[in-house]
Parts: sequence; C-alpha cells; structure tokens
Amino acid sequence: MDIHAALIQPFIEFGFMRRALAACLALSLGCGPAGTLLVLRRMSLVGDALSHAVLPGAAIGFMIAGLSLVVMSFGGFIAGLIVAGLSGLVARVTPQREDASFAAFYLISLALGVLIVSTHGSNVDLMHVLFGTILAVDDTSLLLIVSISTLTLFILAVIGRGLIVECFDPGFLRAVGGPGATVHFVFLVLVVMNLVAGFHALGTLMAVGLMMLPAAAARFWAGEVATLAATSSAIAFVSAYAGLLLSYHVNLPSGPAIILVAGAVYIVSVVAGPRGSLRARFLPLRHLEA
Amino acid sequence: MYCLSRRLILATLVTLVTLAVAATSPSWAADKLRVVATFTVLGDMVKNVGGERVALTTLVGPDGDAHVYEPTPADARALAQANLVLVNGLGFEGWIDRLVKASGYKGPVVVASEGIALLRTEEDHGHGHGHHHHEAAFDPHAWQDLVNGRLYVINIARALAAADTAHADDYRRRAEAYDRKLVMLDRDIRSRLDGVPAERRKVITSHDAFQYFGRAYGIGFHAPVGLSTEDEPSAGEVAALIRQMRDEGIRTLFVDNITDARLVQQLAREAEAVVGGTLYSDSLSGATGPASTYLDMFRHNASEIVKAFKN
Repeated sequence: MDIHAALIQPFIEFGFMRRALAACLALSLGCGPAGTLLVLRRMSLVGDALSHAVLPGAAIGFMIAGLSLVVMSFGGFIAGLIVAGLSGLVARVTPQREDASFAAFYLISLALGVLIVSTHGSNVDLMHVLFGTILAVDDTSLLLIVSISTLTLFILAVIGRGLIVECFDPGFLRAVGGPGATVHFVFLVLVVMNLVAGFHALGTLMAVGLMMLPAAAARFWAGEVATLAATSSAIAFVSAYAGLLLSYHVNLPSGPAIILVAGAVYIVSVVAGPRGSLRARFLPLRHLEA
Repeated sequence: MYCLSRRLILATLVTLVTLAVAATSPSWAADKLRVVATFTVLGDMVKNVGGERVALTTLVGPDGDAHVYEPTPADARALAQANLVLVNGLGFEGWIDRLVKASGYKGPVVVASEGIALLRTEEDHGHGHGHHHHEAAFDPHAWQDLVNGRLYVINIARALAAADTAHADDYRRRAEAYDRKLVMLDRDIRSRLDGVPAERRKVITSHDAFQYFGRAYGIGFHAPVGLSTEDEPSAGEVAALIRQMRDEGIRTLFVDNITDARLVQQLAREAEAVVGGTLYSDSLSGATGPASTYLDMFRHNASEIVKAFKN
C-alpha cells in the first residue's frame, strides 16, 4: 500500500471522512485551550461529571419536543450549566473544594435524569439518540462545532489573561479588584458548551477524551500557557487524523480509535517528553550530555 | 452458611412457583379450543381462521424476538392446558421442544410451514440474530411470502379441524375467506411493483428476514458489508458499505437497527440512496402500530419498499 493510498486517498474518496476530519480540526482548536485551562485549574474530571450531568436536561427536552436533537441538546446545555454554576458557587462561598461540590451536584443531576427517564420511559434509548458518532457528522453538526470553536477561541482571547491569573493565584485577582468569579463562570459556560456540542455530534468519549488527554500530554512538552494550549490542540488533531485512518484501515470503531491514539501519545509523553517525564527524571545525565 | 443460604433460596423459589401455579386458576373458557401459537404472525392467522371458537395464547408478543425468546413459567402453564400447539418450525423457535417437554403437553405440535418451498440460509449472515441460525440450514422466515402464508393458513385450518372436528366446516370456510384476502393483497403488490425496472429492485437491509419476500417479487435483498451491528461502526465498515452501494448500483437502504439515524442519512447522501422506513420481519407491531396483523404487516412492508423504489 503506497503512502498516498494509506494517508490521503480515504479522505478524497469519501465525504464522511472529510467531514469527520474537519469536525476534529475544529474540535481540536477549541478543546486545546479549554482542556489546558481545566488541567491548570485542577478540574480535569469536570468533563466526565458534565457528561452525566446533562441527562435530566436532555430527558426534559425529550419530554417537551420528542426526538429533537436541538431541544435535547439545549436541555442538556442548561442542565450542565446549572450543575457547573451551582458547584462553582458552593466552592466559592463555602470552604468546600470544587471537585467535591461538582461530584455532589452531578450525582444529584444524574439521579434526577435516571428518575425522569424511567418514570416517563419510552423504549427509545435517550443516550443513543443524544450521543452521536464522528462518522455521522452532517452539515448542521459541523457548522455547530465550528461556530462553538470559533466562539470559544474568541472569548478565551478576551478573558484569557484574567483566567490564567486566577488559575495560579485566585487571591491576587480578587485583591486587585479583578472580575474573578465572572471570568470563572464564563469559562465554565464555555466548557459546558464545548462538551454538549461534542456529545451531540461525536459522543461522550470523543468530546471528553479529545479535550483532556491532549491537554494532559502537553504538560510534558511545554511550559507556557499559550504553548501548552497550542501543543494540546496539535496533539488532538494529529490523534484524530491517525485514529480516523486506523478506524478506516483496521476496522476499529472510530471514537475509541481516536481516543486510544491520544492515550498512546499521553503515555509516550509521560515516559519520554522533555519536561518532567520519567526519562527526564531518571536519565537526566544523558540529556545533559546531548 | 453458603450451603444453607443456597438451600433457603431454592426452597423459597420452589414454594413461590408452587403457590403461583396453584393460585392462578385456568382462565380458559371451557368450551373453546385452547390453542398456543409461538409468535404473533401465527397468532394472527389462528385468530382469522379460528375466530370465536378459539382461545388463543401467543407466547412471543408484539415486537418480541422469537429467536432469542426466554420462555416463562406462565408459558409452560399455557402449554400444559392447551389442545393444540402451532409452531413455525425451520428452527425459528429453538426453545419450543424443551418447553413442550417441560410443560408435560402431550397433544399435537403442528408445524405451520409444512410443505413450503424452502430457501437455504446464506452461509454467513454475520449480523442481527444470525448466530441463532447456525443449526438451521433453511431460512425460517417463510411467512414473508404470501404464497407461503396461504400454505400456513391451510395447515392451520387443517390442524384446527382435526382438533375440533365438530366445527371443521366453520374453520374451512373462514380459512377460504382469509385466503381470498391474501391472494388479493399479493395481486395488489405485484401490480404496484410492475413499473419498477429490474435494476432498481435492489435493497440493502440489515434484517436477514426478507429472502422469501425477495424471491416472491424479484427484489434483491443484500446484507450490508461489514456495517451491521448495533455497536459503534468503524470508518472502514462505513466506507465498505458505501463502495458496495456504488458498485452494485443499490439506491435503497433499510437499516433501522443501526444505532444512529444520522449515520444512515450520511450513508444515503454519500451513495445517493433513499432511506426507507421501518420494515417488520419477525413479529407484528402492537395494536396501534402500522403492522398489527399479518395482512397489515405485509401491506406495510410492501408499500415502504415500493415507496422507496419510486422515490
């Protein structure tokens, strides 16, 4: 198999491969910075929590409008926002840390969702309807993902400085009268928005995985926040490209394939990245000699 | 401790089952013929042929899957009290022999598909409930051809008449009236398919239950290459299916057991194909559904297919 047939031809022959790749590019651009900030803020597990938290909103959306993806996604967005907002509030007003309050509110939300689904049960599997696959991205989903990525990048450019300061020293921003809580909440809205769009278009695993794994891996390659974000975007896109090809040639489900490639990049980064990796820690001499 | 609790559970279960059997008195009307049919299509035929004279129990209900059915104690009880048991045969109800034995039923078990022109199953279904067909060399979905359906009706009428000789004429008359409806539907479907050219009569379907339908009306039902399960598909499988449709000029898709409706739309767009509605194969729909009787099911499937062809 020559290189052209292996790496490029699938995207020329099939429109769904091109769409999937375009969606991954847009997703990588938005998720890189968002994931990086989540890691810096020690909120790496928030994505997982939110993937459960959206259930009651989606279920209520389903009860109101039936199988409408728009209404169900919007319901999920509202539910995710409420969970994120309430946990942020509790973390700021009480001594409890954000991870604990997040856990509490997402569990309440999840239980509520299961309750609604089972009491107003139809045999339609809500989760299946709600969570798509990257291979099924159509024009509407693509447009949605691209818009949200653009909006995310734009807003992060505006509030980025405040966010970063808040990551490292929340007290400072408050001391100089900065809009700490506002910045934090806008950021949470962005995260929920990215995740819900991701769930709906690509599935939970893809949305959360493409946001967190590259950001976690980037830490072993870069130090500055901007380079961290750029690195994780690059890792995300390369993983998506390689994962799609793997899914095409070896017949693996595309979501897991993409995320496992990103996972492999993470493992390699932990073992051999230039900054703080196992190699840097245990074989520092070779590094100095080189 | 372990032994004791196991024994306790066993004892409780035995007691409960005994109580349940004892508590529920037979609900059959005494003077009616008690018939058990294994699945809804047979049940509907029995209703049409037997009418008021028959008290019918259908084991696998609407929208149920007889391939993977797990019989319940209530089924065994219904069987034990029956005068006649009707099965499709051809390995469709793999569980029926054990159930008959377990229930202690001693009466006749009539195979409704007796005497039809059989179709061999393809070597590799590779999808849906294909793995349940391993032992069966023949495709059991014979009722998907109205000519076979007429034979089913004859077999059912004969079995009812034999079990209830006093009303044999009654059953024969009703069967003949029902048979006329089947013939008319068959003629109707043929005339509606008349305008469809042969090269257009190709369908991709993930149900492996329409080979008899295809033989009857000259329609090629192709199984999708690769893409077939309810799991998340791979890009390779989607690509293979699109290639298959392009190469063989197939422009009609019936694949409603693929998880994601948007994926099916994507396939159709890429292969310039039409997505058809839901086809009913192994069971009828509930009373409010579009396929609550055998005639309705057949009419529904045929018009979905014709609609997709003429699109």
